[in-house]
Formats: sequence, C-alpha cells, structure tokens
Amino acid sequence: MVAFIIRRVLQAVGVLFAVGIISFSMFRFAGDPVNQIVSIDTPAAQREEVRRSLGLSDPVPVQFTRYLINTVRGDFGISYQFRQPISDLLAERMPATLELAFCATVFAVAFGILMGVYSGLRRESFLSKLFQTLSLIGISLPTFLIGILLIYLFAVTLGWLPSYGRGDTVRVGWWTTGFLTLSGLMALILPSITLGLFQMTLIMRIVRSEMLEVLRTDYIKFARARGLTTRAIHFGHALKNTLIPVITIVGLQLGSVIAFSIITETVFQWPGMGLLFVQAVQNVDIPIMAAYLMLVALIFVMINLAVDILYTVVDPRLRSTIRQPV
Amino acid sequence: MGAPVLSVRNLKVEFVTRRGVLKAIDDVSFDIERGEVLGVVGESGAGKSVTGSAVIGLIDPPGRIAGGQILLNGERIDNMSPEQIRKVRGKRVGMIFQDPLTSLNPLYTVGEQLEETIQTHTNLTRAGARKRAVDLLAEVGIPAPDRRIDSYPHEFSGGMRQRVVIALALCADPELIIADEPTTALDVSVQAQVIALLKRLGRERGTAIMLVTHDMGVIAETADRVAVMYAGRIAEIGPVEKVVRQPLHPYAQGLMGAIPTLKGHIHRLTQIPGSMPRLSAIPPGCSFNPRCPFAFERCKVDRPEAIARYEHPVACHLYDQSSAKVEVASDR
Repeated sequence: MVAFIIRRVLQAVGVLFAVGIISFSMFRFAGDPVNQIVSIDTPAAQREEVRRSLGLSDPVPVQFTRYLINTVRGDFGISYQFRQPISDLLAERMPATLELAFCATVFAVAFGILMGVYSGLRRESFLSKLFQTLSLIGISLPTFLIGILLIYLFAVTLGWLPSYGRGDTVRVGWWTTGFLTLSGLMALILPSITLGLFQMTLIMRIVRSEMLEVLRTDYIKFARARGLTTRAIHFGHALKNTLIPVITIVGLQLGSVIAFSIITETVFQWPGMGLLFVQAVQNVDIPIMAAYLMLVALIFVMINLAVDILYTVVDPRLRSTIRQPV
Repeated sequence: MGAPVLSVRNLKVEFVTRRGVLKAIDDVSFDIERGEVLGVVGESGAGKSVTGSAVIGLIDPPGRIAGGQILLNGERIDNMSPEQIRKVRGKRVGMIFQDPLTSLNPLYTVGEQLEETIQTHTNLTRAGARKRAVDLLAEVGIPAPDRRIDSYPHEFSGGMRQRVVIALALCADPELIIADEPTTALDVSVQAQVIALLKRLGRERGTAIMLVTHDMGVIAETADRVAVMYAGRIAEIGPVEKVVRQPLHPYAQGLMGAIPTLKGHIHRLTQIPGSMPRLSAIPPGCSFNPRCPFAFERCKVDRPEAIARYEHPVACHLYDQSSAKVEVASDR
C-alpha cells in the first residue's frame, strides 16, 4: 500500500514537472513581459534595467530552474496588474473558490445519489421520469445560462437571494469564510446550484444505471433468498456496489468544479480564483495565468491520488492486488 | 408422521409477455418429507429452477404464481404478503444458487454476510451471531473458521465459496433447503465434496432438501426420490432406484439412456431426438409426443395426468389401462 502511494506520488511529480514546462513557456511565447510592465515611452536603457532585475536576460535553462524552485517554494512571482505577490492574491481568493466548490459538490453528491437511488428502485414512478427529464436539462443547458436563469428567478423576480458576491465573510486566521454569516450562506446557494447542477445530473444518471445493473446480480438475488430486509438489500448491498464509479466521477469532477468555476464565478461576480483568472486573461497577466495553471494541475493530481486511495477503502478486491504489486 | 415439510399442490407459474401468457410451470405437485432429498431433473428450461424460486416467492414480474398451493409444514406460504414471505426466506427455507462466485457480495467479508443474515432472523447479539457464524463455517468444513471469517469472498476458492453459501443458507436452521444446481459451476472433485456435505447436513439436521440439477450422477448419488420434469410438468416421480434403474416415462428412459456408465456391457448411448419445445409452442396433448418413440393417437390430443400404476406416479398414456396396448420394455 505504501509502495503504491509512493509510486503514485512520483507519477504526480512527473505530471507537475510537465505542466511546469508548459506554464513556463507561456512567459516566452505570450509576448515580451517587459512590455506589459513598463509604459510605452519608457527609454530602452530602463527597459534593459527591468529586464535584468526580473532575470529575463539569463539563459533559458537558468530561468526555468529558477522558476521551478520558486514555484515549489510557493513563490509564483509578482502580478503585472496588481503589483502584488501572486501567492498572496491566490491565498486571498482561494477560500472563496474552495468553499463554493465544496458546497457545489456536497449538493451534487447528496441530491445526485438520492435521486439516482430513487429512480433506480422505482423505475416506473412519475417522479423518476421527472428526474430523468430534468437531468437532461441539467446536462444540456450551459452553466452561464443556468446561472442567469437562477438569478432572474430567485434574485430579480422573487428577491429571495443575492445575485452577486459572497455576502459578509468572517476571517479565521488567513481564511475568509462565508459559512459563519447568514448573508454568506445565502450568497452560496445560487452559485453552488449553478456549479453543481451538471455534476448532480451526471451522478444521478450513473447511480441510476449502476443500481439497475447491480440489482440484477446474483448476490442481490441471493441476499433476497437469505430473507434480508429490502432496506438492507438496497442500501447495504446494492448502493455500496454502485459507489466505485460514483467516486471516480465525483473525484474527476471535483477537479473540474474547482478549475472551471471560472464561468460561475464570472456570472455571480464571486471573488474567487476563477474571477482572478478571467481578469488576468483580460490584462495579459501571465504570472497569474501560469500560477493558476500550476495550481489546477496540482489540485487535479492530488484529487486523483485521493480517488485511487478511496477505491481501496470501498473495494477489498483492489486492496489485495495493490498489496502485491505485479 | 405429520404433514410433509414441503407440499406443492397443482402449482402453476405463468409469465405474461407481449406475445401472450407462457406457462412455465403447469400443474406440478410433489411432497418432500423431513430429512428427505428430492432431486428435480430435466433439460434446461423444463421449469426446475422456476419451481424452486416459486417456493420461496422469488418469481419476479412478469412471472406470477397463477394457481395451486405451496405448503410449508402444513402452512400456506404462496399467498403470504411480501413481508411475511421475506421472513420465511432464509429462516425457514434456505436457498443455494448455482454460481458461488457471484452469489456473495464482493464488498463484505463472509463474516459480515453471515452475521447480517443471522441477526436478521434471530435475536442474537453481534457477539452471539459471530460465534454462530464461526460454528457454521466449521460445520460446512472451512478450515480455521475463526480466522477465515474475516476474509472476503474473493479470497476463497470456488468450492470453499459454495461452502460459505451453504453456511449462509443454514444460518437460521431452516426446515427446507432449495439447492439450485449447487455443483454445476464447480470442478468434478469439488462437486463430490459439496454433495457429500449437503447430504450429511440434511441427515444430521433432518432438513428436507430440494436438489435441482441436470446432473443425473449427482441425483443418483444424493437423492432419495426423483422428479423428472419436462416442459413445465412432472413426467415421473418416484424413488431414486426405481426412476434411475427402471424409468417408466419414455422421456425418463431417454434421459437415463443418455448417461454413460463405467460398468456393464458396452452399448451406444441413446439420445432423445429433437429438443424440448419452447414455452410459446408447447404441443397439445402430451408435450413430449413429437419426440416420443411410442407416441400414438391419444398422445396428440389428450394430456396425460399422473397415474400411479407402477408404485410411483407417471404421466404417460402407455400406463393407462384404458388405452395401453403396448407394454414398454423396461429392461435397463
């Protein structure tokens, strides 16, 4: 098991190294960074000065090594537009994104599994068919449209929920949280639904089809022949067997939820990393874009690692194959 | 002697399909006494497994019990509510399925599955259930049961898993065990062990066993009585030595003639020409008449009922005195 984790961590380092090359090359190919820092009428000598102070006149391998070392130390450089260290900017924005992603995922998993199990067990009921139809809408409507529709309905027409921002936040150490105030919680509802709706419908459809599959298996038939209660069969035996694909999807989607919260954050003016990234793109703020790329890669890699470890918790068959690596 | 453990009376099972109602079981009756092993044989699709499932109320829609009665120690169980029949399943009737590789939930240890079943049917505490689970595993011949109880199904071999399945069927000391092809998926050497185990358990506990199989060797080895099924009906039912050695029904004769033997004079194995009709195309009269070498006019129009002329019931016009002209040689 330990050997398995070490191997996966080494693979993760390889992936991050590759992403590092890509994000570093952004500096080289997306125009001369000096031009973005200085104004148009800066004399050439001063430009050279800036170039040297940023280390941009060193040979490329030296620059790359320096970039990697700084990145590993959590130093992503200085934003061109904000003139602040990017690590500070990210630390300031990250809680907003992570809280939103967390709420969206909890929403998606809870409702997705509930609706999936229900429509798997009561295939013919009206509610199941309604879920199936609604899930089609959830899968096919683009996120920004859902967000705007929700804002129109709940914020503009009904006036129940705020249409933008995080509401009041409380600072706990360096982390700012919206969980501790009413307006913060209210502000989370619409963006969470918008962000989680797609994953919810996906989870629902997977749980449903897995349930149908598992209920046909011999061990479910045998569980019935043993006289177990319907409840124990459905929730103890069937549901647990549907969880492997659900974990995969939730894991992969959690990465996407964090990385692609850009659209939701833009629609709701949510002060998270996604919004920061959109602003960076508009202002060609390459250090932020590169740092964002690295961070998203890191999140994806870590989630995948966590998913692999979770499999073995759920499925004992994987545990023994991992114990003796081939 | 009181009522038989299991008494099936005129059981009918139908499957409602788009193309009409198919009769999977048509008017089947039999009894199983305490400690007795009844073998049920026949080709695939003869209705053997459906009969077993019907007894414990596990016929899934579109199938349904369309008539008849099933009595367990004199008590009707075919018209029970789903909750009542659930309490019969596992507690009073244990079931063993064909494939031990897929009968166990791969995500739980065998101990968890045993304890769950025991606790569903008894008032034992967790510790008590665990002790009983260890005892059961020991009884079905799992070595080092106190250690193996925490193993997962995939850590057992096929034969060992079938022993676990048998232990699961025994959890609540049932009155009847329905074993549906318990040895078909196993190696021949393991088959013998599992059969010996079933036989021993039936004898020791006085459990009645309904052994569904298409393996005549297993039947000859294990069963006290045999029911030969064909196209949803019982063709012949009687003591194993009679039915295997001197079968009366032409279908049973054909079936027995197809078993290779090691001793005695060498002769060609006979085979029954044709195949069993599909449920949607069962011929009128005797369902076996198109394949029967002795069929005569009456067989094509008149459905034979079981007649008990030769000590045990056989559903064939050949043995009905009012029509019999031919005496069938049963010299095997």
